[in-house]
Amino acid sequence: MPISAGDTAFIIICTALVMLMTPGVGLFYGGMVRRKNLISMIAMSFVSFAIVSIQWVTVGYTLSFGSDIAGFIGGLDHLFLNGVGMDGDGIPDMLFMVFQLAFAGVTLAILTSGVAGRIKLSSFMVLGVLWTTLVYDPLAHWAWGGGWAHSLGALDFAGGTVVHISSGFGALALALVIGNRVGFGKYSMEAENVPITLLGGAMLWFGWFAFNAGSALAADGLAVNALVVTNISAASGAITWMLASWIKGKPSSLGLISGAVAGLVAITPGSGFVGPMAAIFIGGSAGLLCYSALLFRVRKGLDESLDAWAVHGVGGFWGAIATGIFATAAIGGVNGLLYGNPGQFVIQLVDASVAAIYAFGMTYILAKLVDKIMGLRVTEEEEYVGLDISQHGESTIA
Amino acid sequence: MKQVTAIIRPEKLEEVKTALEDRGYFPMTISEVKGRGAQKGICIQYRGSQIKVDTIPKVEIYMVVNDEDVRPITDTIRKSARTGKFGDGKIFVSPIEEVIGIRTDE
Repeated sequence: MPISAGDTAFIIICTALVMLMTPGVGLFYGGMVRRKNLISMIAMSFVSFAIVSIQWVTVGYTLSFGSDIAGFIGGLDHLFLNGVGMDGDGIPDMLFMVFQLAFAGVTLAILTSGVAGRIKLSSFMVLGVLWTTLVYDPLAHWAWGGGWAHSLGALDFAGGTVVHISSGFGALALALVIGNRVGFGKYSMEAENVPITLLGGAMLWFGWFAFNAGSALAADGLAVNALVVTNISAASGAITWMLASWIKGKPSSLGLISGAVAGLVAITPGSGFVGPMAAIFIGGSAGLLCYSALLFRVRKGLDESLDAWAVHGVGGFWGAIATGIFATAAIGGVNGLLYGNPGQFVIQLVDASVAAIYAFGMTYILAKLVDKIMGLRVTEEEEYVGLDISQHGESTIA
Repeated sequence: MKQVTAIIRPEKLEEVKTALEDRGYFPMTISEVKGRGAQKGICIQYRGSQIKVDTIPKVEIYMVVNDEDVRPITDTIRKSARTGKFGDGKIFVSPIEEVIGIRTDE
């Protein structure tokens, strides 16, 4: 297939929009921490994008999309972008590479949820390189690069498993290794800058159109379907989470935007396989499920500080299963449980479970390793004055 | 009448407020302040060099109370604001000459 000008233009723009989601995650998280850690949260997102950018063009891309080795990892044929050029199938190979880079970048940024306000920047950088190489890259290969999940027929249109299960369950493992923030559960750690979180959430909702629609890798009807179901699911999740929190108290805007993100996460794997009416249900139930997961996490006294596990982990898991239920051949060429193909449901369940277990286990090992070698956590005094001052020498508190 | 000014850790504010409420003391004025005590702020070692955080965020609680309430109030604040580490803060008590209510002109 020759290069299509329309597709190429579309994916270039999508790449730029998906990039914007990374600082979006930073702002989304930054507003939820105490003011002394605001700069640190946003900075860690930028750091994530920067280190993954270099890792991806050197080794990450080839580990994900190089020729398959045992269904587990890509070979080194595209090391240092060898053979990734300006021509390709519909869009230039190089464009596909950089579009995928934006996904890898935002995934590492989501992981910062589990270590908010207490990780050493240096340790985060080392952990980040290891994590994207040994967790993200294999998962991307499994789903999209010809790995075992791909061969099995597991459906992950835009990264429900690769991006969200990986970062959500990874953040949970990381939070367990690094431990709770000092004073967690004893005094208030409420969001101190809700408008910044809402702004970050807006950037995510906006960027997600490109995240899902762009995953069609063409400017076609499938991309439009992805765009439409993405918006429906976000809206549906926002409404159910808000209503659920209303029953327990006030309908907080933080709940509303968390619900929108839960809806966005849940529709991600199915956005090229399910229709608009299914999206209402997928997003709505994601809002309720993720909210329950958050309450469960709080009851357990576990400081997975900004709920990447509840929103991305649980939402991504539900999204994978929901794809197996609601997929219809009329849209993506594959039927799910509701359309008489229960096998797909089982495949989705297996894929999501293996990914969750691998992401959790591998992250746990990597975090322990980095902790042993250089220490993950800042000193108690550094944590008390905040990471803005102790890690960056900057402050938003005049 | 006496003025009680307590400078405490910001994260202890809720605890102090609740403890005072439990004893029936409601009126107070609160400001966010920054400052340092005898400890001269906090010193952080970073790659061999020292970063000095010389003023640290605190909360100031300002109350005007009857003479006989001073002791129970300062005791309550002291107990609820204490962690035992440097930087728990201070309480100052001083006399008030006159109190005039704006609405009631008392």
